[in-house]
Amino acid sequence: MTHKYRSRLDTALEIILVPGMGLALYMAFIVAPREASMGDLQRIFYFHVAAAIAGMTAFAVNFAASLMYVIRKNRWWDHAALAAAEAGVVFMVMVLITGPIWAKPAWFIWWTWSPRLTSSLVLCLLYVAYLLIRNYIGDPDRKALVSAVFGIIAFVDAPLVWFSIRWWRDHHPGPMLETGGLDPSMRPALYICMAVFQVLMFYLLRRRFRLEGMRDQVESLYRQADLAS
Amino acid sequence: MKRIWAVFRKDLLVELRTKDTLNSMLFFGVVVLVVFNFAMESLRDSVRTAVPGVLWVAFAFSGTLGLNRMFASEKENGCLQGLLMIPVDRGIIYFGKMLAATVFMLIAEVIIFVCSLVFFNLTVWNEIPYLALVFLIGTLGFTAVGTLLSAIAVNTRLREVLLPLLLFPVILPVLVNAVEATGIILNGPDYGALRLPLTVMTVFTVVFGTVSYLLFEHVLED
Repeated sequence: MTHKYRSRLDTALEIILVPGMGLALYMAFIVAPREASMGDLQRIFYFHVAAAIAGMTAFAVNFAASLMYVIRKNRWWDHAALAAAEAGVVFMVMVLITGPIWAKPAWFIWWTWSPRLTSSLVLCLLYVAYLLIRNYIGDPDRKALVSAVFGIIAFVDAPLVWFSIRWWRDHHPGPMLETGGLDPSMRPALYICMAVFQVLMFYLLRRRFRLEGMRDQVESLYRQADLAS
Repeated sequence: MKRIWAVFRKDLLVELRTKDTLNSMLFFGVVVLVVFNFAMESLRDSVRTAVPGVLWVAFAFSGTLGLNRMFASEKENGCLQGLLMIPVDRGIIYFGKMLAATVFMLIAEVIIFVCSLVFFNLTVWNEIPYLALVFLIGTLGFTAVGTLLSAIAVNTRLREVLLPLLLFPVILPVLVNAVEATGIILNGPDYGALRLPLTVMTVFTVVFGTVSYLLFEHVLED
């Protein structure tokens, strides 16, 4: 099995992403109106929410790929699961960094143990643990299987974490889109940020997937060379 | 059922003859209590509100020690192969191991709890049946997922380090609700309020018992 370093789809994604990111910045910083009570501070919201949704999507991809690996035992799914977990952690870290930056001026505290914050942090920790176990298992097939099992556990755990603490005091603003709390003039910026972040997540996922495929190939070549000598 | 019992009985017998695991679990749990006692110096007056958290941290730490030994001792003595060769569904081994881990943890919990009564000057009497229920469900939830993760960790390098890293984030719903429930019982019992945390813990136990049962056959090394 050979891996092409990049495909036409990667190029297409880059062509979308570069102006797309520019557009997202333009929408969030210039087109979107200034928020009445928080001022420009509120603009971080577009990236915060977009990153959160991209991260969640990546974790869902990880779950699906892990499940498929347990069923099919095809290394392809393992690479997809790993790529999704890494991309997800990157976006969750982005969420966990932009959150406190916003919270300090808005709430006068960096952090509070509210349900949303706690479950985001725990979710991030779960997938960091997922990435950690992979480092400590030598045999590639076992690594794939064991991490797939943990990927499934992590995703099943996420809603339980959320339900187990949801009655804690929550300072975090509610889901604005469902409740209609977000002013219509701010929506285009949010939607564009969300779309661009999804594309970015997909792009990162693909690149990481390729890299893992190549790494796998190199490892098996090494093993063959060892066996031959 | 008989097969689960056989796996359970084997673990119990090994433990009764060596007493390695239980001793270290107990001792470590008590040490955690002592350390927390120093850490909570300033909370001396409101100790009852802090005790549930301290207790469950002690339970979780000592439980992790026990889970670490669960499969490590099998592996060190070359018994894992034998265990895998038993002609039964791997899920049976899971339930047997889980039962053994639960019993060890409960024994440790009772003794740690009695020590905490002494150290923190608590008096409980009527609360005991409720506490027993919370300890039982909390421990079942802990071992339901802990047994699976222990089997995962045993085949990795750094297994003793890895288990807590895997276990604690996953186990959070159980810990939070167990602390909550214990707190409700110790501070002005309003037993109606127990229903919610107990439900969450039970759901967690059932969900992870099922998931672990289904996945267990994949994690043991052939």
